[in-house]
Amino acid sequence: MIGEIGQFTLIIALVVSCLQGIIPLYGAHKGALPQMRFGSHAALVQFLALTVAFVALTIGYVISDFTIANVAKNSHSLKPMLYKISGVWGNHEGSLLLWAWILALFGFAVAAFGRNLPTSLRARVLAVQGLIGIGFLMFIIFTSNPFDRIDPAPFDGNGLNPLLQDPGLAFHPPFLYLGYVGLSVTFSFAIAALIEGKVDPAWARWVRPWTLTAWGFLTLGIALGSWWAYYELGWGGWWFWDPVENASFMPWLAATALLHSAIVVEKRDALKNWTILLAIIAFSFSLLGTFLVRSGVLNSVHAFATDPTRGLFVLGFFVAVVGSSLTLYAFRAPAMKGGGLFSPISREGALVLNNLLLSTALGTVLVGTLYPIFLDAIAEAKVSVGPPYFNSTFIPIIVPLIIALAMGPFMPWKRADLAGVLSRLKLALVAVLVITGLVWWLAADAPILAYVGMALFAWLTIGILVEWADRLKLFRTSFVNSWNRFKNLPRSAHGMTVAHLGVAFMILGITASEAWQSEHLGVMAPGESINVGGYDFRFDGAREGQGPNYGYLEGTFSVSKEGEYVTVLTPSQREYTSPPMETTEAAIWPMITADLYAVVGEEDGKGGYATRIYHKPFVSWIWGGAIVMFLGGCLSLSDRRFRIAAASKSKKSIPANSSVAGA
Amino acid sequence: MTRKKRRLYIVLSGVAVLGLAAALILSSFQDSLVFFHSPTDLAEKPVPAGRTFRLGGLVEEGSYVKEGIDIKFSVTDTANSVKVTFQGLVPDLFREGQGVVAEGQLNEDGVFVASNVLAKHDENYMPPEVADSLKKAGTWQGKEAD
Repeated sequence: MIGEIGQFTLIIALVVSCLQGIIPLYGAHKGALPQMRFGSHAALVQFLALTVAFVALTIGYVISDFTIANVAKNSHSLKPMLYKISGVWGNHEGSLLLWAWILALFGFAVAAFGRNLPTSLRARVLAVQGLIGIGFLMFIIFTSNPFDRIDPAPFDGNGLNPLLQDPGLAFHPPFLYLGYVGLSVTFSFAIAALIEGKVDPAWARWVRPWTLTAWGFLTLGIALGSWWAYYELGWGGWWFWDPVENASFMPWLAATALLHSAIVVEKRDALKNWTILLAIIAFSFSLLGTFLVRSGVLNSVHAFATDPTRGLFVLGFFVAVVGSSLTLYAFRAPAMKGGGLFSPISREGALVLNNLLLSTALGTVLVGTLYPIFLDAIAEAKVSVGPPYFNSTFIPIIVPLIIALAMGPFMPWKRADLAGVLSRLKLALVAVLVITGLVWWLAADAPILAYVGMALFAWLTIGILVEWADRLKLFRTSFVNSWNRFKNLPRSAHGMTVAHLGVAFMILGITASEAWQSEHLGVMAPGESINVGGYDFRFDGAREGQGPNYGYLEGTFSVSKEGEYVTVLTPSQREYTSPPMETTEAAIWPMITADLYAVVGEEDGKGGYATRIYHKPFVSWIWGGAIVMFLGGCLSLSDRRFRIAAASKSKKSIPANSSVAGA
Repeated sequence: MTRKKRRLYIVLSGVAVLGLAAALILSSFQDSLVFFHSPTDLAEKPVPAGRTFRLGGLVEEGSYVKEGIDIKFSVTDTANSVKVTFQGLVPDLFREGQGVVAEGQLNEDGVFVASNVLAKHDENYMPPEVADSLKKAGTWQGKEAD
């Protein structure tokens, strides 16, 4: 019964999305109001239908309805409830249903929050959302139906890949998809603008919250995936430049560039064509990521499907979307005239540089990701492009970006004075010298990248703080005055500062954990002690036990520093029964200045156990930085209401660099 | 600053950055591409010692020896096999008779010194390179990818 309801609502959603893709577009063309309004109603219906479908599949998982093939293949009656639910999207079909549901959610959100949009623009945006929906729903219904029946129904299910039975991973796909699919809204706005032939600051203001939302969720989703890899795979690595990771990183790079170029459109009415193109590119990379991951072209834990018809369908859809939108772009973009002029050294110039470097970085990641597939196709040679490639191409492009990142916010619009900017960064320069000296003094044999990373961290952090203090006139006027300035500064300005600080934190985490990690790898007998990174790890032995759907071997380490008790670490090895598989559960003691990380392996037959222990300085700042970036995005997003209200009431002048210089 | 001049600046800096990126890509492709070889590939066309590549095949039955963290095993595609040494914890689900991919270099004695043994994700998973090389050696027993 549940299966039929889901099937039925899926088909309703497909029919509705066909109507949503055509009628409002026609209405906007003819200027017919009812047809334009139809888009909003259709978006609501589509959202409701897909919600029912998604809930139906979830219920199938919760009650372990093994007459549904998808449930039988990916769930198991003994699985904990959290993973029964996360199992809904822990497989190919279910994850696509999640994709489609989120697409409908965003469509509904545009209809609900977009009441201030011009009717024709809103109609066109919703129509494009509908067209994207057609593609995905057809894909689901014709190649990957989650509600297919299985007869006879098996007695019990296959179970979910144990690596995926983890709280971090339970929420990684939904966040990532909120980011991927969020970019569809920006894309739809771009296409609608191309059809209307009009891009103006108002357009950029409408698009901004959607880009911010998508960017924020992407940031969080990628960070969750990286954090999961860090604690679950047991190697202590957090980023492998794996093609699948790259597939999510590329849309992030494009979205970051888009976020910045849209500011120029908003404030200066320039860079319009480029921003539209970026919006198309960003969503194309979301689709490319979906294609790479879902088609089975890349083999990894993410590749649920290796069915070539599916791959062909996604590839066809990708080509159709990218091809048609770029064709439209080629015809309509030249008609859009750019606005304000600016000198290369200016806020606009800095944002152009940001875009240039981000898109170049995107290009190198793209080349590295696709090259193995390309070489396999033309020369049948198997290669892998690993971290060395990405380190030697990505880092040299990102370093100048970080240097410029500290300077950009100091620059006024139109024309800036480089010497003036640098003189305001004197303090940051001093910080760079101090920290380089410190590194040289404490760890002279550090790799050159460690010096570069720490210097960038100091430069960026101090640069950001100085700029913030400048805006608040901190220490130059009374504290009360500064506090008032703090309160009056638009949230988006605070958001920028916070998000940029997140980048600085991340640089610190990456640099310190890569350069000064200590590692011990070896067999330890119970009672044996070892010192790693200044901490004494005493191995107290290991025992076997039984979890809900796995057996385990758990080791115990007592950790102390100079005789003082710090913590007890209990890493384990799990052996799952359904499907049969082992996983490593690292034990991690996170601290602000370092993580302690321990893994226990098999017994060596003489009473000792293989162990691996890491001391990773500042590693948690990597994910902390990502969270700070996300919070910065949220702050900036919360500015939206303020801005809409301000625009409709009176133009309230804000004592901030950006708006004064931009006015 | 005129519109034309601004565009010129942007285009020029774009070309400069792209050129730099192309140079970076090409130079790092020269030494950071890692090729994949099967034991039979190595028998037919030896790879010089000290060059990093990936070796894939099945873990030969009866070849897995472990002393603490020193691990020895052979990788075979049933036609040929190569001895491998590795220091560390083998990934979950490392088994004799199962597919494996190791990254490392040959030493002077023709033994493959692995710096990394790649984890498999489940019991049915066969690295695609390994599946292909087994098909070439004519000993593929899994089902054809459909």
